[in-house]
Amino acid sequence: MVAKLADRMLLSGDEAVALAAFNAGVLLGTGYPGTPSTEILEAFAALGGKAQWAPNEKVALEVGIGVAFAGGRSLVTMKHVGVNVAADALFTAAYTGVTGGLVLVSADDPGMASSQNEQDNRHYARAAGLLMLEPADSQQAYDFAAAAFALSEQFRQPVLLRMTTRTCHSKSIVTQTALPGPAQAPSFERNIPARVMIPAYARPAHHALRDKLARAAAYAENCAQTIVEPRSKALGIIASGVAAMHAREVAPEASLLQLGFSYPLPMQAIRDFVASVERCVVIEEGDRILVTELRAEGLAVEGKPERFRFGELNADRVRRILEHDDSPEAKIPGGKPPALCEGCSHRPVFEALNRLDCIVSGDIGCYSLGVLPPFTAMDTLVCMGASIGVGLGMRHVLPPEQAKRVVSVIGDSTFVHSGLTGLAEMVYNPPPTGHVVLIVDNGTTAMTGQQEHPGTGRTLLHDATGRLLFEDIARAMGIADVITVDPMASDVVLDDVLRQALDSGRLVVIVARRPCILAAPKIRQYERAAAEKRIGIAVRVDG
Amino acid sequence: MTQVINVVVAGLGGQGVVKASDVLADAAFRCGLDVKKSEIHGMSQRGGSVASDVRFGPHVHSPMIPTGQADFLVVVAPDQVDVNRHVLKAGGLLVSPASLEKVPGKLQAKSINVALLGVLSRSLEIPLEIWEDAIRGCFPEKHHRLNLEAFEQGRQAVAG
Repeated sequence: MVAKLADRMLLSGDEAVALAAFNAGVLLGTGYPGTPSTEILEAFAALGGKAQWAPNEKVALEVGIGVAFAGGRSLVTMKHVGVNVAADALFTAAYTGVTGGLVLVSADDPGMASSQNEQDNRHYARAAGLLMLEPADSQQAYDFAAAAFALSEQFRQPVLLRMTTRTCHSKSIVTQTALPGPAQAPSFERNIPARVMIPAYARPAHHALRDKLARAAAYAENCAQTIVEPRSKALGIIASGVAAMHAREVAPEASLLQLGFSYPLPMQAIRDFVASVERCVVIEEGDRILVTELRAEGLAVEGKPERFRFGELNADRVRRILEHDDSPEAKIPGGKPPALCEGCSHRPVFEALNRLDCIVSGDIGCYSLGVLPPFTAMDTLVCMGASIGVGLGMRHVLPPEQAKRVVSVIGDSTFVHSGLTGLAEMVYNPPPTGHVVLIVDNGTTAMTGQQEHPGTGRTLLHDATGRLLFEDIARAMGIADVITVDPMASDVVLDDVLRQALDSGRLVVIVARRPCILAAPKIRQYERAAAEKRIGIAVRVDG
Repeated sequence: MTQVINVVVAGLGGQGVVKASDVLADAAFRCGLDVKKSEIHGMSQRGGSVASDVRFGPHVHSPMIPTGQADFLVVVAPDQVDVNRHVLKAGGLLVSPASLEKVPGKLQAKSINVALLGVLSRSLEIPLEIWEDAIRGCFPEKHHRLNLEAFEQGRQAVAG
């Protein structure tokens, strides 16, 4: 299939992956929004692909596995930390294998442009035992994504497509090609030993997995993603991802081996390359994974100093590695930090938390900016949903006069993602001083660019669908004190509600609801469209 | 054009920095050149500093402009000039709102980004009609006139 677009296009890596998925006949794209991965599903939907946001990454991957078991191709997208959430499903999907092609995009964020850590998800390929491809620009994002679907079906394994902020968000030229579709149409085929991972079936499945990886390693030796550019014999560079582009820029004369197929490694090709040059340097962003593995094979390769483990690589840093330049890097002047928008409904909430001297167990979203001045009203932030568990933990052990000041603050999308189990914990193991969970509901996944979620009652394409009501959920879980406030109502009201909740010693859920000021006009438009549709249907029924 | 041209577009979130870099990248793309464009999205949406690297020429490898190698620095916010100056190479050209002092007529605040591209266009070998096609390609139709005018005003601000 080929999308009805120009043949030569300027696309981001995210858009290129979406285009490849569309052309490869992907039946369902699913994921959870997360910078820098978010645009993939949006672009896939814009092309006409069926795409949907899942409540979190684990559910997204499980849905993708279901599609693949049924014989269809599926694309599952998430940021690097999202793979942690999905990891439970991922590790065992490596055992079950798949029928339809399943590609999981892990969008890593070295340098942490918009993330809480800079974990290197190349480790997941090794830990779970999954094939991994790593594109270096948008054309490779297209070509490798296309290859990933085919490889997933060839090896009957999920394939990890590892992107980084630079490959996701950089735009470069893409020429689209027609892609072969899936080998079969979805149809259920019973295969109990392959898909039911009780120990008796999982033990042989683990052996089967290792056999597949051995075959994949042999395949990687001569595949289109193992790219050798022989030039000077004096210097050879082994690189993966965008680091290969930096390397080519600073050392145009060097021989280059780009490991686009980065797990399992094409060890013979690497050995031949190392033997073909006098000096061989491994250029890799993030952890020192490749250099460690190549040295374990007995290969004499140079790596990078520890300090280049931190942050992104760039041409200058690659030059430093190649030239053993250990002079201090120039300090880049700090720009203006981001801030909560003027008129943002989170502002009065953090002002109140600050006034009441609360101990704030925070969470992930725009409202994480509540940590910065003038609010300075966030004391912890770990991962999606952690506000509730961490807040409860502190309540359990702090002296009562401190425990009573602890509030868990969580956004609407984050609450659906990982807050529900936190509420279950709160009801099941209540701290002696009670607890207060404050859901700051601005009606959208604001931070990543205003995506819908189950709490908005609209689909990825903003059409009306089922909606989770946070107040009903909290009450159904056994929390009697559920209060809804408009955070913009007045400081007095907000302070009163919070103070009473903190003083009550009970379990309280406060929903502070007011649409994101940036999203509000669009939300009104979606609601109007939904209302018109409802009236249209009613008229037809009446008529 | 035998060399890679490096342009950094900088400013604050919400000022059209990424949009201006899209127009520039699209114009270079329409010239048949190799183009790479790169910036960090994410938290920049919240009014923070944002900078976009645009590189074009016969063949571009890294999407990022090495520090001190920008031929041009286009800054939309006057207070972001100092924090971005380090990207310019010796003899590189700074294009900032100060470059728009001689603009004929009144300039709309929201199209300063495109007006600055008009200034920049005087120093690049990209034909005028390609710039205009790129502007039309990057904005919805109702904003074409405003932005084409701003671009022309920027061109007029440069003597010659």
